[in-house]
Amino acid sequence: MRMENAQILEHRDIQGGYKRLVLRAPGIAPEVRPGQFVHLRVPHLEAAVLRRPFSVFDARDGALSILYKDAGHGTAVLKGAAPGETVSLIGPLGRGFPAECGGRMPVLVAGGYGMAALHLLARALPRRGIAFFGGKTADDVLCVDEFEALGWPVRIATEDGSLGERGLVTAPLDEWMKKPPREGVELFACGPMGMLRAIGERAIAGGWKAWLSLDRHMGCGVGACLTCVQKIHAPDGGWTWQRVCREGPVFESREIVWEDE
Amino acid sequence: MGIDLSVEIGGIRMRNPVMVASGTFGYGPEYADLVDLNRLGAIVVKGISPKPVMGNPPARTVETVGGLINAIGLQNPGLEGFLRDGLPFLRGYNVPVIVNIWGRTVEEYEEVAAGFEGAEGVAGLEVNVSCPNIKEGSALFGGDPALFRRVVSAVRAKTRRPLIVKLAPDLSRVAEYARAAEGCGADAISLINSIPAMAIDIETRRPRLGNVSGGLSGPAIKPIALKMVWEAARAVKIPVIGIGGIACAADAIEFLLAGATAVAVGTATFLNPAAAIEIAEGIGDYLARHGLGHVRDVTGGLRS
Repeated sequence: MRMENAQILEHRDIQGGYKRLVLRAPGIAPEVRPGQFVHLRVPHLEAAVLRRPFSVFDARDGALSILYKDAGHGTAVLKGAAPGETVSLIGPLGRGFPAECGGRMPVLVAGGYGMAALHLLARALPRRGIAFFGGKTADDVLCVDEFEALGWPVRIATEDGSLGERGLVTAPLDEWMKKPPREGVELFACGPMGMLRAIGERAIAGGWKAWLSLDRHMGCGVGACLTCVQKIHAPDGGWTWQRVCREGPVFESREIVWEDE
Repeated sequence: MGIDLSVEIGGIRMRNPVMVASGTFGYGPEYADLVDLNRLGAIVVKGISPKPVMGNPPARTVETVGGLINAIGLQNPGLEGFLRDGLPFLRGYNVPVIVNIWGRTVEEYEEVAAGFEGAEGVAGLEVNVSCPNIKEGSALFGGDPALFRRVVSAVRAKTRRPLIVKLAPDLSRVAEYARAAEGCGADAISLINSIPAMAIDIETRRPRLGNVSGGLSGPAIKPIALKMVWEAARAVKIPVIGIGGIACAADAIEFLLAGATAVAVGTATFLNPAAAIEIAEGIGDYLARHGLGHVRDVTGGLRS
């Protein structure tokens, strides 16, 4: 973990309000492991007192890239940052995905820009499996080409049916899971809490492991402020808070205490 | 001419007057990879109560314009947990560790204060009588003069360590509480704690915080804090630690001019983990620019 002033190399639109930001970060980029994130100080956002966390989509050659959607106050200002400007980053942060699957077939499940947290994993896993991407519309299904180029077949579902099959991402997943591979599966997922819970329940019912990356409102990003806490089962049968920024963002489905939100 | 930034707060020697405020710096290890802890004036660790506390349900913080409302609910590992798992790490550094303590009753305040009497590596205690985020206790002690005196006197009787009393942001009675703390044997006072505040999501019509309301910190509260520090410093002879929205050296110097002997940086650390260290450097630059040799030459230097 370190703090680094990273120069913007590239900042471009992908589709439907999603953008990709590529930053020169020779100190942080080589250290990033799949599923980790960086905490970014949005330049020119004078009213802000917090950084913004972003999954690292890619990290190579001393640069890292993040994907984001222009959805809030911070990202509305961030989208104006131009190549050549510098941005303060803290990272890499958090406990990411295990980059192994114990001989089972890896299955990636992403909701919307949750796929950003899975891309480095798709490259790092020792074998290829299958990926399921879901989104509200075709605009919310990103970077399919890049996963396919890494050797991952991608099944798509959108809620409005504008791309792939109509419905939630769990529909094609459930269909595929009717005939699971003989060696079993290991699930890796990132997306909205409802989706993660659905994946976690399937993993527990099927006897598989599901590594779930949680997207939580964060404060400091390093474990000091105790903003991003998640209830986690304790060995004594009770529960304890763990910090999504420090002990997470990835938890195995059996660790999580699910509550109605 | 050499510049001397060192200060003394009730017997606690600090290499510079910039501390990190309770609740914003965890227990040390969280920021140890990012900043050199030995360059801080002091570390005030997150509030410790006699027994572990789970704190409030999420959402625990909400960002507002120039501020942060928090309702963490004083989550902490308790006295034993901190002595076992937290304090040993900090002993490895050469920086004064000030333990923020609180309780739900006077007896709990006494218990936790007494619990640190034998603890190696604790430079002093800061008594929190002013957290807005728990239903019983803490805030009450800061808002009732008689209870306030009882709890400060009780803690004083249980500890020989330097004792700092952190005041509630009570706009109308800050001088009264400052004098009460001094009268009950406090070695210093610190102020202000976060200011009661809330935010509402107009789409869901629900409070943005799990605890409904919380405490506001950050640059938004700085002018309010400055006024209260000025009033408190005029009311007492013991050192005053200025807290509230300090984000740069100029902010800190304002508090020093208003009468603070030291300052604590809180919310600003979240945006810039090195804020406290950079502020200490900036105070040094200010002294040099004004031909002053010691930071005490700034304290209380407000002209009227």
